[in-house]
Amino acid sequence: MLSSRMREATRAWAVLVLVFVYAPLALVVVNAFNSSKTFAFPPSGFTLRWWRTALASEGMWTALGNSVVVGLAATALALVLGTMAAFAVQRYDFFGRQAVNLLVVLPITLPGIVTGIALNATFTSALGVTLGLATVIVGHATFCIVVVFNNTQARLRRLGTSLEDASADLGASSWQTFRFVTLPMMRGALVAGAILAFALSFDEVVVTTFTAGPTVQTLPIWIFGNLFRPNQAPVINVVAAALTLIAIVPVWLTQRMGGDPAGTRV
Amino acid sequence: MPAAPRLRHRATLAVLLVPPLAWLIVAYLGSLAVLLVSAFWSRSGFTGAVVHTFTTDNLVRVATSEVFRTTTLRTVGVALLVTVVCAVLAVPLALYMAKVASPAVRVALVVAVTTPLWASYLVKAYAWRMLLSPEGPLHWATGYSPGYGLAATVVTLTYLWLPYMVIPVFAAFQRVPDALVDASADLGAKDLTTLRLVVAPMVFPGIAAGSIFTFSLSLGDYIAVTIVGGKTQLLGNVIYGQLVTANNQPMAAALSLIPLAAILLYLFAMRRTGALENV
Repeated sequence: MLSSRMREATRAWAVLVLVFVYAPLALVVVNAFNSSKTFAFPPSGFTLRWWRTALASEGMWTALGNSVVVGLAATALALVLGTMAAFAVQRYDFFGRQAVNLLVVLPITLPGIVTGIALNATFTSALGVTLGLATVIVGHATFCIVVVFNNTQARLRRLGTSLEDASADLGASSWQTFRFVTLPMMRGALVAGAILAFALSFDEVVVTTFTAGPTVQTLPIWIFGNLFRPNQAPVINVVAAALTLIAIVPVWLTQRMGGDPAGTRV
Repeated sequence: MPAAPRLRHRATLAVLLVPPLAWLIVAYLGSLAVLLVSAFWSRSGFTGAVVHTFTTDNLVRVATSEVFRTTTLRTVGVALLVTVVCAVLAVPLALYMAKVASPAVRVALVVAVTTPLWASYLVKAYAWRMLLSPEGPLHWATGYSPGYGLAATVVTLTYLWLPYMVIPVFAAFQRVPDALVDASADLGAKDLTTLRLVVAPMVFPGIAAGSIFTFSLSLGDYIAVTIVGGKTQLLGNVIYGQLVTANNQPMAAALSLIPLAAILLYLFAMRRTGALENV
């Protein structure tokens, strides 16, 4: 048992850190209703005008559409490839298992800029491919595989093999065992992995910058491109506030799935 | 495993393993190989097109240029400072979460600490651009703002990566048995002595695990520094400048070998602390 003074001190520290974490997010939401176009504080008045302007922004909707397409495609690819790799590593013993593990994790361990430049060099200098949505999807799928892999692998490890063994003993084929025993038990982990993969893709800036080329914009690229234009500031404020409020959805979803949001995201 | 015929077992494994491996080897390792090779290419002075002839000019320039050396040192310094500040913020918070708070508060805090990870990265960096602006909220509240620059970059990166430090440190604190803390106190140790001699050695691998994220993510970042860094140059935006502004892809490739090498060195150093088992 720590002394009460120490306990009080850590409590006070926790409160301070939480203020540090949430004050900027609160500011983002407040500023979306600020009638002034500058960051001057306190806000000069309340307005919903910028929300109307933002909703009418064509560039924003195009970018959002691209982000959703890329996110869905990258998530689908990552789900298939990540689950296959997780099954292979968890259910089979083979030479080079550790190497496969390392290979899957590498894309998120190395800095995004390295991955981005590497893919850019491959697409442009080596393959001569035109950068576009397809190249963005390839880049995103590569670093999304790991989150599906991690979630699926952890669930497979916890489940063990006794139910699958029982199913086989009762005469089910491998496919039947997978379809009727393994898959239903995996559903939660797959959904959690998919949500996380989509969120990662939806928010990604660095790899996207280097794989999108000048013509295609995802939502983060659009935001970044407009961030320094004073005239666009109110619209950016609104999009920023909307994205901050929407962040509650995946937290709520993963909690409802009975998953642990910390374990899912980190 | 069910007693399937051995041949079939092998075949299933191959079916499972080939697609993801093929993807990662072709798209990822292949790209890293191209990166490595393209650092030895050059750029035509006339057309700006990449010329596929072998030259070590880029690497020599990266290794000898004063500007690149200063930028590298600044970047590594920023990454280390961000890591230290994250650890300083995280350790007392994680101690409170794991050893002081009630179970309900603990769960709420875990959610509270990780929820911002779902918020947009750009929006969080942008929030600091608002906060630190000359007439912004911080100046209004305290009469002072560091403005945009190196300090703002460190604060923003710390803000962005803090949860990646808190979670492994919290997990490490949770693994410390309460009985050990009690026994140390019963034997007459003061709090700080207990924390230093009993708790710290058990928590250190957690800090090391968190530091891999904070260090690696800071090292490659060029967005946050563009948004709040003012004129500050870090490796990330120098690489970006070479690729986009100077249109010199081989030079960008050569420069990006620096963060790559730094991360690999850091991972290698951290392996000895047992951090990799805690990631």
